[in-house]
Parts: sequence; structure tokens; C-alpha cells
Amino acid sequence: MTTTREETRAPAPPITTETTRRGGLALYLAQVGALVWKDLAAERRTKEILSAMLVFALLVVLIFNFAFDLRRVEMDLVGPGILWVAFTFAGILGLNRAFALEKDRGALEGLMLAPMERSAIYVGKLISTLLLMSIMEIAIFPVYALLNNQPIRLDILPVVFMGTLGFVAAGTVIAAMAANTRTREVLLPILLFPILVPVIITAVGATAIVVRGGGWDELAAPLSLLAIFDIVFLVAGFLVFEYVIEE
Amino acid sequence: MTPSRLNTATRILGILTLIAMAVSLYMALIWSPPERTMLGDSVRILYFHAPAAWTAYLSFGVVAIASVMYLWKRKHIWDIIALASAEIGVLLTTLTLISGMLWGKTVWGTFWTWDARLTSTLVLWLIYVGYLMLRAAIDDPERRARLAAIVGIVGALDIPIIHFAVLWWRTLHPQPIAVRPGGPALDPPLALTLNVAMIAFTLLYAYLLLARVQLELTRDQAEAQRQPVEAPVGAD
Repeated sequence: MTTTREETRAPAPPITTETTRRGGLALYLAQVGALVWKDLAAERRTKEILSAMLVFALLVVLIFNFAFDLRRVEMDLVGPGILWVAFTFAGILGLNRAFALEKDRGALEGLMLAPMERSAIYVGKLISTLLLMSIMEIAIFPVYALLNNQPIRLDILPVVFMGTLGFVAAGTVIAAMAANTRTREVLLPILLFPILVPVIITAVGATAIVVRGGGWDELAAPLSLLAIFDIVFLVAGFLVFEYVIEE
Repeated sequence: MTPSRLNTATRILGILTLIAMAVSLYMALIWSPPERTMLGDSVRILYFHAPAAWTAYLSFGVVAIASVMYLWKRKHIWDIIALASAEIGVLLTTLTLISGMLWGKTVWGTFWTWDARLTSTLVLWLIYVGYLMLRAAIDDPERRARLAAIVGIVGALDIPIIHFAVLWWRTLHPQPIAVRPGGPALDPPLALTLNVAMIAFTLLYAYLLLARVQLELTRDQAEAQRQPVEAPVGAD
């Protein structure tokens, strides 16, 4: 790791001896923070995950335009589906890349040797992927709205965030698994999409309510369903992850 | 259990399954009267559809239990049981879907509709096809067993969640008749036929499971014998 642009490096969040001595949650959070920082720093230098996700999501929106002829169809009906296909397909791309980077030159083994809880790797990867996907989604939604003559609604954000949280909660585990197989990238969507059907159904449903201007009372049911799914996938992912990467 | 005792058990179970299936076929196709209210002769499809669905759920339950046992005990046999049960489960789910489509065409007038029960069954099928693909994509036996066990557990936990989410849409599928509170709504001869078919399918599942486990054990033995070993020639 040599770089001639030393000044562009942001300093890592320090794990001081003070934090180490206190242990417990503070140490855990510091470790997760360091892992997230590592991912974001790598992304800031290469920009390969974010650019791939952005371009791909845009392509999905474009392809649906040809597939459906979006001037004629009812946008309120197909719009939420198009958005979530773009988000999740681009997310698959990001997740695959995130773990391909870790497999490269044994980075994951290095992480596993580090003196910390294995679940910290899960939480760290989850947060960094969630951040990258959120940036992609926040960038894509206005473009989609603009291209299809739709209003840019800010109240779509909680729905998008909660749907994406469920996606990465399950996706991080499955991506770690798929990275350990012979077929790698192929297996991630095949395993992930069936498991994620509940999240995708509710996220699309909730987005449809937002798009047609439904109020919060109408959104309460799908949002609480999404919250339940998010919690289930987070807890399951947290518990199961150490089995995924034990070698 | 030694292979030879397993062999005997499998053979006995096979004979029982054959008898039960023959009786079940006779009852379902010839003996049972057509349903009186609306189904008519199409009820005969359900004698195979409902037991196939039940044994499919049973087999995925077995996958989940065997997966938990594998992660806990790390015994190879649990992995074999999970593999065997998942394969049979995919087969039975396929049969459930196909027989359901045939029945749907005669009664609903359409092969497929995106109703809650149909959709979640299709998703279930996809999860376990993915499970088998995952197994096929890993060479290291320990890693294959461990990762497959995780999908086996997560998949089973996901089934009620999927059903819950999919129920968001209204459902067309008839409520399960055999387990409805207040007794079965089917006429006694029809209910009897259905019960016999249930028993026959459960036996079939048990038989296939044993036979598949046995095949895998034999394959392991053959694999072990292929390695160069310093045993005296002719030793069995």
C-alpha cells in the first residue's frame, strides 16, 4: 500500500488504549467504525463500487423505459417496481464487489485474524454497504423522477432507507457466503432474492402508497411490517455470520 | 446404524410404500365418489396435491432440523440427511406446483394466479433450488455442509415471513380443508381417501429419504476406497 498523495488520506478513527481498556460496547463500536472507515476509504480512492452501482441503476431505469414505453403506462403503478428493481439489482452489484475486494489477496483472512468479534465484520460491512447504496438511491431517484416527469418526493426516504436496510441485512450474509463458492457472483442473486421477497414486496407496496400521495396512517402498516422484517434479518444475520466466515 | 440394517429398513419401508401407494391410487382414482358441491372429479387431483404439499413442508422442516444439528454436532450424517431431504423437498414442491396448476386450470380456469399461497410456494421452491445450487458450487465438504446448513435454517425461518408478506395480497386458494376447526368439511369417503394418500406420501418420503441417505453413505465409502490405502489386498 503506497500512495504518493499522503495528504488525501483521512485519519482512521483512533482505537485508543483508553477504548481498549474500557472494552465492551465502546470497543465494539470503535472496531465497527474502523471497518466502515476502511471500506469508505477504499471506495473513496477507487470509486469503483459507487460508479458501477450508479451507472447500472440508471441503465435499469432506461431499459424499463424501452420495455414498458413509460409515456403510456400508469406511472403510479409501475414506478415503484422500476425503482426497486433498479435499487436491488444495483445493490447486488455493490454487494458482490464489496466481498470480491475482501477475498482479494486474503483481506478477509486478515480481518478474521484481527482480535475482535466476528460479528463486527458483519456490522461494519452492513453499514458501509448501506451508506453506499443510500448514496446511489438518493442520486438515482431524482434522475428517475426527472426523466419520467414525476414529482421528487422527500417522504419516500424512510421507505427507501428501511427497504435498503433489510436488503443489506440479509445481503451481507449471503454475499459473504457466495464469495466462498466456485460460482461466486452468480449465486448471490439466486440465493438472496427469494429470501428477500418479503422485504421487496412491502417496500414496493409502501413506495406505491407514497407515490400516490397516501398519508402516514396508510403507510403505518407496511412500514411496521418492514421494520419487523429488518429486525428479523438483522438479528439472524448477526447470529449466523460467524458461522459463514469460520474457516 | 450399519449399512446392512439400514438396507433392511429401507427395503421394508419400500414394500410398505408400494402397498400404500397402490391402495391410495385405487381409492383416489376409482373408489372415491366425485365431490358433490363444486369440485366434481377434479377432487381426485387434490388427493395427490395436498399430500405432496404436506410432505414438501415436512421435508423442509427436516432440512432445518438436520441443519441445526449439523452446526451443533458437526456430524457428517446430519449434512447427508439435510441434502437428501432438500432434494426430495424440491421434487415434492415441483409436484405440488404442477398438480396445483392442473387443478387450477379445471376449477379456476387458469393455470396460475399470483395468489398468496401459490406465490409463497413458488418462492419456497426457489429457495431450495438455490440451496441445491449452493451445494453444487462448493467443493470443500466441510464448508459445503456449513454454508448449506445456514441456508437450510434461514430458508425455513423465512417461510412464515414470506407467507406473512405475501398475504398482503388477497388469497384465492381454498383454506386447508383437513385441518379446519370444527372437523373436516369433506364427505367421509373423500376424507378417508385423502388420509390414506397422506399416509402413502409420508411413507414415500421416509422411503426416499432413507434410500437417498444410503446412496450417499455408499458413495462416501466408495470415495474412501478410491484413496490409496495400505490395507492388505482382498480385505473388505
